[in-house]
Amino acid sequence: MTQAAARSDDAPFDAIALYTFTGLAALAALLATAFTKDPSFRFHGYVMLVGFLVAFLTMTVGLGSGRFRSDQSRYADGVVRAGVIATMFWAIAGLGAGVAAAAQLSWPNLFYFPDAPWLNFGRLRPLHTSAVIFAFGGNALIATSFYVVQRTCRARLAGGAWPWFVFWGYQLFIVLAATGYLAGITQSREYAEPEWYVDLWLTIVWVAYLLVFLGTIWKRKEPHIYVANWFYLAFIVTIAILHIVNNAAIPVGLLEAKSYSAAAGVQDALIQWWYGHNAVGFFLTAGFLAMMYYFVPKRVERPVYSYRLSIVHFWSLIFIYIWAGPHHLHYTALPQWAQTLGMTFSIMLWMPSWGGMINGLMTLSGAWDKLRTDPVVRMMVVAIAFYGMATFEGPLMSIRAVNALSHYTDWTIGHVHSGALGWNGFITFGAIYCLVPWLWKKERLYSNQLVEWHFWIATTGILLYIAAMWVSGIMEGLMWREYTPQGYLANAFVETVAAKHIENVIRTIGGLLFLMGAVIMSYNLWRTIRMPSTASAELPLVSSPTPLLTAAE
Amino acid sequence: MSSLTYETVATFAQQGGTVFFGLIFAAGVGYALWPRHKQAFQRLAQLPLEDDEAPHV
Repeated sequence: MTQAAARSDDAPFDAIALYTFTGLAALAALLATAFTKDPSFRFHGYVMLVGFLVAFLTMTVGLGSGRFRSDQSRYADGVVRAGVIATMFWAIAGLGAGVAAAAQLSWPNLFYFPDAPWLNFGRLRPLHTSAVIFAFGGNALIATSFYVVQRTCRARLAGGAWPWFVFWGYQLFIVLAATGYLAGITQSREYAEPEWYVDLWLTIVWVAYLLVFLGTIWKRKEPHIYVANWFYLAFIVTIAILHIVNNAAIPVGLLEAKSYSAAAGVQDALIQWWYGHNAVGFFLTAGFLAMMYYFVPKRVERPVYSYRLSIVHFWSLIFIYIWAGPHHLHYTALPQWAQTLGMTFSIMLWMPSWGGMINGLMTLSGAWDKLRTDPVVRMMVVAIAFYGMATFEGPLMSIRAVNALSHYTDWTIGHVHSGALGWNGFITFGAIYCLVPWLWKKERLYSNQLVEWHFWIATTGILLYIAAMWVSGIMEGLMWREYTPQGYLANAFVETVAAKHIENVIRTIGGLLFLMGAVIMSYNLWRTIRMPSTASAELPLVSSPTPLLTAAE
Repeated sequence: MSSLTYETVATFAQQGGTVFFGLIFAAGVGYALWPRHKQAFQRLAQLPLEDDEAPHV
């Protein structure tokens, strides 16, 4: 009897549900792989089968050991630690793919491999964008949201073993997406290239993520929901809606990789850019603002400058961002009123963006000296500054007349990278530099000097990158619209490509510097994790001595 | 069901949507500016600074 009771305690209901689900998923993958006639689908069937079988066998061994028990008196930090490691792993992979793609643009004769089609620029480029946005950024968002929601709700993550399903399920999505791009399996929708069955898998993972997050908020001990959680929740809910609507498609067959979009023509284009721009607004902005609203006050030990402003920031940002997408379709078949609507809402975004930037920067009031003494704080402040710059430049570029010059040029690439490297990259690096000593119970980072090196090398890299892209973008934009006195276009397209060779090289160097910064960071974090701990990581939180309480008051 | 034309659906979505979203937004801003919430906001602004290793059960 007691043995049976202990056993049922060792394998709680959530773990058994996950175990059953994994087994059924493995069975489904086995059948799909066995019966399909499509080699692409079979390839991904094998990938899924291996993933599900490894998970199933691991759980078979682990279920009886009690490792799936969740102690409600402790925070679930194991999954956050795994998320931090995955974030850095995908950072190196994604940035590396970016440098490779940039090198292909700089030296096309040297890095063109006719015998290796999977290394073609057309396949490496989506690999780069998805790896940095969804693999690096997504893992950072999942890990930090799991950390922040527990601390600000004073409750352990809901769902027992299911946060681990979210983590590993998301890694499987990344592997399926990345291998699919290299193998040429794509539905050719920007930032949504994975085919229908990978989209369905991500939907399952994302719904689990939403339920874990909501469940944690549901059982919170803190009466209010802290503003960072509002931003995380807006990110999770909106991405779910965007993902489902944008990827509505009809597969050629149930055991075929290929699918066709449910919408067609300009409606399809508008859905694509409604998705695309809100991936920027809710994935790359709202989620990362949540990081800002937790890690900046925590690190500088100052309260949020204006909590009232943070609420106005939240509501105005989400109400305005959702309409800005049509500015990607200026001078297309999209009705002009819709283009003007997208442009107008983009310009209105100046207000919440700069309101949020001011709120983040002014949180340093009374602690500005930390800019000089703490390179991690400096990294986050520069991130907020890049957020301000990128969100100033973006609305400017959404104006139809400006867009006529900037669209399809390198200016767009430069703009995206000042946001992605400066804002998303640096705020994530800042958050992770904070998190690693906290999660692994270390007194400090291994080396602040290495953080300084990372900061200056990466900042130089960003500046080289965006300056080169401004020059080449405006130059090629002007060359494309240059006419001869007879009314012919003055430049052939290939001439505009040749003209920006040196800017392409500078961009590659900038990207390489940014990658080097991430490598230095990974080394620093690895050495930090290997330092002796200040306290046991497994120390139960409930038995904290009273001095901690007085410190909190 | 004959009234379910493009025009009626578009009018409902455009005008109804404007009023609906306008009201939610006003409610959000009203909540932020409501004087009685000031004290709660002052405490919430400090929330990340409270020791996260303190007991939470």
